Formats: sequence, structure tokens, C-alpha cells
Amino acid sequence: MPTVAPFDIEGHVIATHFLGDTPFFATAAGELRRLDEGEKVTPLHAGMLTCIKDPFSASLLTGGEDGKVMRVAADGSTKLIAEAPRKWITVVAGGPQGAVGYAYGKASIIVLPDGSTKEFSEERTVEALAFASKGLRIAAARYNGVSLHWVHTNTPPTDLEWKGAHTGVTFSPDGRFLVTTMQENALHGWKLDGKPGEPRHMRMTGYPTKVKSYSWSPKGKWLATSGAPAAIVWPFSAKDGPMGKAPLELGTRATLMVTCVVFHPIEEVLAIGYIDGMVLGVRVSDGKEALLRRPGNGAITAMSWSANGKLLSFGSEAGDCGVIDIAA
Amino acid sequence: MADTATQKPVPVTVLTGYLGAGKTTLLNRILSESHGKKYAVIVNEFGEIGIDNDLIVESDEEIYEMNNGCVCCTVRGDLIRVVEGLMRRPGRFDGIIVETTGLADPVPVAQTFFMDDDVRSKTELDAVVALVDAKHLPLRLKDSREAEDQIAFADVVVVNKTDLVTPEELATIEEIVRAINPTARIYKTTRSGVDLARVLDQGAFNLERALENDPHFLEHGHEDHVCGPDCDHHHHDHDHHHDHHGHEHHHDHHHDHGHDHHHHAAPSAIHDVTVKSISLRGGEMNPDRFFPWIQKITQTQGPNILRLKGIIAFAGDDERYVVQGVHMIIEGDHQRAWKDGEKRESRLVFIGRDLDREKIEQSFLACQANG
Repeated sequence: MPTVAPFDIEGHVIATHFLGDTPFFATAAGELRRLDEGEKVTPLHAGMLTCIKDPFSASLLTGGEDGKVMRVAADGSTKLIAEAPRKWITVVAGGPQGAVGYAYGKASIIVLPDGSTKEFSEERTVEALAFASKGLRIAAARYNGVSLHWVHTNTPPTDLEWKGAHTGVTFSPDGRFLVTTMQENALHGWKLDGKPGEPRHMRMTGYPTKVKSYSWSPKGKWLATSGAPAAIVWPFSAKDGPMGKAPLELGTRATLMVTCVVFHPIEEVLAIGYIDGMVLGVRVSDGKEALLRRPGNGAITAMSWSANGKLLSFGSEAGDCGVIDIAA
Repeated sequence: MADTATQKPVPVTVLTGYLGAGKTTLLNRILSESHGKKYAVIVNEFGEIGIDNDLIVESDEEIYEMNNGCVCCTVRGDLIRVVEGLMRRPGRFDGIIVETTGLADPVPVAQTFFMDDDVRSKTELDAVVALVDAKHLPLRLKDSREAEDQIAFADVVVVNKTDLVTPEELATIEEIVRAINPTARIYKTTRSGVDLARVLDQGAFNLERALENDPHFLEHGHEDHVCGPDCDHHHHDHDHHHDHHGHEHHHDHHHDHGHDHHHHAAPSAIHDVTVKSISLRGGEMNPDRFFPWIQKITQTQGPNILRLKGIIAFAGDDERYVVQGVHMIIEGDHQRAWKDGEKRESRLVFIGRDLDREKIEQSFLACQANG
């Protein structure tokens, strides 16, 4: 049976991530708490708006109501990457070669390790940023589509257009697909390696609420999403991705919404967090479910696996957090 | 969601008005006066707000059309994001104030609080307040549609800078405002000195409270009507408006009044009014006719309807039914039991453009139970 080590903190938990074996919990109030031989607290922002794990390094990137963009290492040490006074930084992204992207208003700014910056401006507000896994290329989600920029060249962006507001953006691990979450209850995808004339759009609809959480399976075969009373898991292994295919529905609960999903780092096992605080682990191959945590005080807002996949940290909007030991 | 579901929704006040109408002065008063409440303020630019406060958030206007084919279904994407951020720490403030730019369309702002499920689950639109510069309103109406839209869309209109105009000019301004929006509460003031209790916590979109204290839905001579520091000069003005309850407040009609009563004021301003209101009054309604009718009207006329408000008496129903709407969004609910001696009649006001009064009135009256 999995065991849960509860760890309750004050206020809305916006993110949790593992750096090494240390779980970090980020609060909306601006503190970063980590469990590293006892609880350690780092005051980081006057109001924290986003906290992501840099996919290219063992560090966290954060943005706050104080206009600061910070990098946090596993030992809790912090570094100021950039500052835009009086702007809310809701969007940060980690890129290859130590690059950091952040955005406010219609501008996205890339800070390179040597401290130099590159700025791209869009016609509309930048809602989300993501770096491609290869090459220094960044995607900026905006109203009516996504703009793809090569950071080191001055060529015009590749504009992927689709009507509506795109609020989140992610590349598939193999870089063949780009998927956005939207203001409406849908995802939109583009096939990036399509030959001219091939269909490239993917509409993924049918959700009763907005999709706010998504996670790629370890090899990129599946994209799991929140926004329904089950985790909706789209197949991406075929050449054309999920086009013409129905998604899997995992961990279905009659009316209780899935609010957070995160794939195990090695196995095709999905951790599913619900609006009532429950957490399930579900195997993709046969849909087998394991209860990892009973319902708690609030909706699950964040989850993260340790690198070896033995520990799962979680946090909720009510502040009840914890670490689940799967192997115990 | 157990915790959040039981949390009381945070009230949101939308503050509109042209540049120079006095919004910043009013905001500074709300932020600095001791009224025991704390407000988070969403502004387009920090501008002249001289107060350093971490609850003041700058936000760029970002209008999103919803992908449902409806041109009037617009929301403010920037507000969705800022409200989401603010509501993660709800204990810090008692209410949210959204200041719009002088040229901003108030409709997407208001619709955000109805159409976005996340925003709607945590907040409640309290009222739309329009500040009007008494001196410059006629000019504003000439050169822009926004000034008119802001008044038409408001629950509360604060006519500011009244010391810069003559009593006659002020009466004309009031008449113009009333012609554009017969249901708004109007306050006259100088230096944005309106009583904050008249601006905040109005419950104008709350079906239980809306219309309850609405002077133009109640009988004549409501004491709360058009009061301000210098309201004593103008009481003659009230009666003739009340006399026209149930009539179309369109510009020709008011134009006549302008000439009759205010020869030296600026009667031309009223020519620039393109918004009109239709006040309907009928008997008890048949719900099987009324609901399909109002659905159809809001679907077909939605883009032309800025606001609608009504109290409906249904045959055989002991409770008042209230409705309110913005463009195609319409909400309705039972409000309270009819009081003894209260006349069971149905009243409905549409504020908008290009509305066919005769057609709307005839079809409304055809929904009557005995019609």
C-alpha cells in the first residue's frame, strides 16, 4: 500500500516539483518550501504566479507579482534572472543551453546564460511559452494561434493560426507535434513535420471544463489532460497523432473533475488528482487503478514524481500537501 | 472544491468613464478612505494613482471573442488571468475594482464575469459604475460611441464636475443620461465626491437584490432618486420622466423636452444619442409563452441589446420573477413573494440600439396569460 506523508501549509499551492530527491512546494503567497532534512522555507516573491521545473536543468523557474523571474537550485539557493517592475510574470519557460523565457503583455523575452536578451513581440498578449527540445526555438501562445521563433536568427516567426484564445502550449517530447490549451474547453494541435498539403490541424474537444493540466507519457506516446470527470488521454504514437482516434478515459469518477495529471517518469502510469483532493494512480495499458490518497480539503493543483518514480508529491488549493511513497 | 464552493463570491465593481471624468480621483478615495474594506484594483495603467499598494494590478486590455459564432460573446482574457491570480489569495481583499480605459467597451468586461466558469465560480459582478464629466459630456457624445455605451451599460452613473456647469446645463446632462439609461441610479457630485456606499456593494447583478431598490422600477417619487450635493435644484425634472413610464425614451421625445424646458442648454447633444430604451409594462404572464419569447428576443436581438432588466408576474405564481441580461446572456430567478396589495404586473426594460419597439412590445404583450 502506498503511504502518504502529509505536509500541510498555509494557502493555495501553485506547484510542486522534485529536484533530486527533494520535494519543493510553491505557495501563491510567494514562499518555496522544501523537505530536505526537515522543512526549509525560502521567501521568493511578493506573490508567486508560476513555478515550473526547467526541463533542461535541475532547477526551478518562477515568476511573481513583484515582476521578478527567479531560478532556484536544489539546495534552495536563488538567482534573479530578470525583473520587470510592477508587471505580473505569469509565464516562464526553461530552454536548452540555460536559456530562460518569460513574458508580460505582448512581449516575450529570452535571457541567455551570458546575460544577453532577445525580445519578440506579438500582436496580442503572450499567454504561454515553451521551448522546443532541439535547437533554440520558442513557441509563444497568443490569441488566434502560436508564433514559433528561432532565438538566434532574425527570420520572421512561423505562425500557426487557429481562431480562439490559446492559453497554454507544449511540444511533444519528439518535437513532432505542438499542442495548446484554449480558453474554450478544448485543445488544439499542429503536426509540425507534415509535408505540404497534409492535414496538420488536430482538434481535441468534448471537455466539460477548461483544460489546465497536461502531461506527456515518458516516450511521448500519450498526452494526458484534465478538464473532465476522467483523465482524457490522447494517443500520439501514430504518424498523424490523435487525428480520427478516440482518447482513453482513465480514472473515471461520476461527476468529480480531474484537476491535475502527471505521468510517471518511467512507466506508462498516470497520477490523477481530483477536485476533492483524491489522487489515483492508473496504468494506461489496462486502466487498473490504485488509490494513492483519499479526498482532502481542496482540489489538487499540482503533482510531481521523483526521478526514480518512487515518490509522488502533491499540493492542493487549500494547502494540504504531501509526499506519497508508492513503493512502501 | 469543498472549501472554495462555500466561499462567498468576491464582489467586482466595474468603473468606466472617459479620460478626465474623475475615475482616478474616485479610485484614490476608495483606496485611501477608511471604510473598513480592502479592494484589489485592476487598472490599465498605474498612471496617476499616487498610492503604492500591492493590490493594484496593471493589465493590458485583451478582448477575446468566444469561438461560438456569436459576435457579441466577448470576454477580457487579461481579466481572466488576473482574477485567477488574485483569487488564489482571497483573504487579502474584500472586493475587486476593474478600472477601464476611457475608450474601453464595458461589455466584454462584464461578460467575463458571466461567461468564464472559473471567474464566475469565485466572483460576482456587483455593479457597473460610469463617471460622466458634466462639462464635456455633450462633446463626448458627439465624437464617440463609447461614452454613450458606458452610460447605457451602467447601473450607477456619477455625474461629476457639476460645479463647472450651470444648473440648466446640469439638468440637460441629467436628461441626456436618463434618455440613454432610464434604469441607472444617478448621483451628482464634484471632485468624485459621491458617497462610496452608493458606488460599492450595490448588488446590481444579484437577482435577489437587483431591481429591489431600483427607482425607475418602483413607483414614482422614490426618495433615493438622483441625489447629490446639489440635487435640490432639480426635482422638477424627475416628474416628467416618471410620467413617461412605459414609453419609449427615444431621442425625438427628449428632444422636445430639451426645447421646452432648457432653451439655453445644449439641446443638440441629445441628437447624438443613438442608444434608446424600451420600457414595457404588462399584466401577468404565461411562462410557456414568456420564456420562449425572451429566449428568442435575446438570441435574435442580442447584439443590439446592451442591458435588460425586468420583474415578471407569472399567472398562478406567488413569487416575483426577476430577469436581467447582457447581450445574449440572460439570467432569471424567483426573487421573493409578492407583497399584499402589490400590483402583480410585469415590467421589462431593454436598453440598446436599433430595437423595434412596436414589435417587441406587441410580442411581449402576447405573452400575457390573458392575452
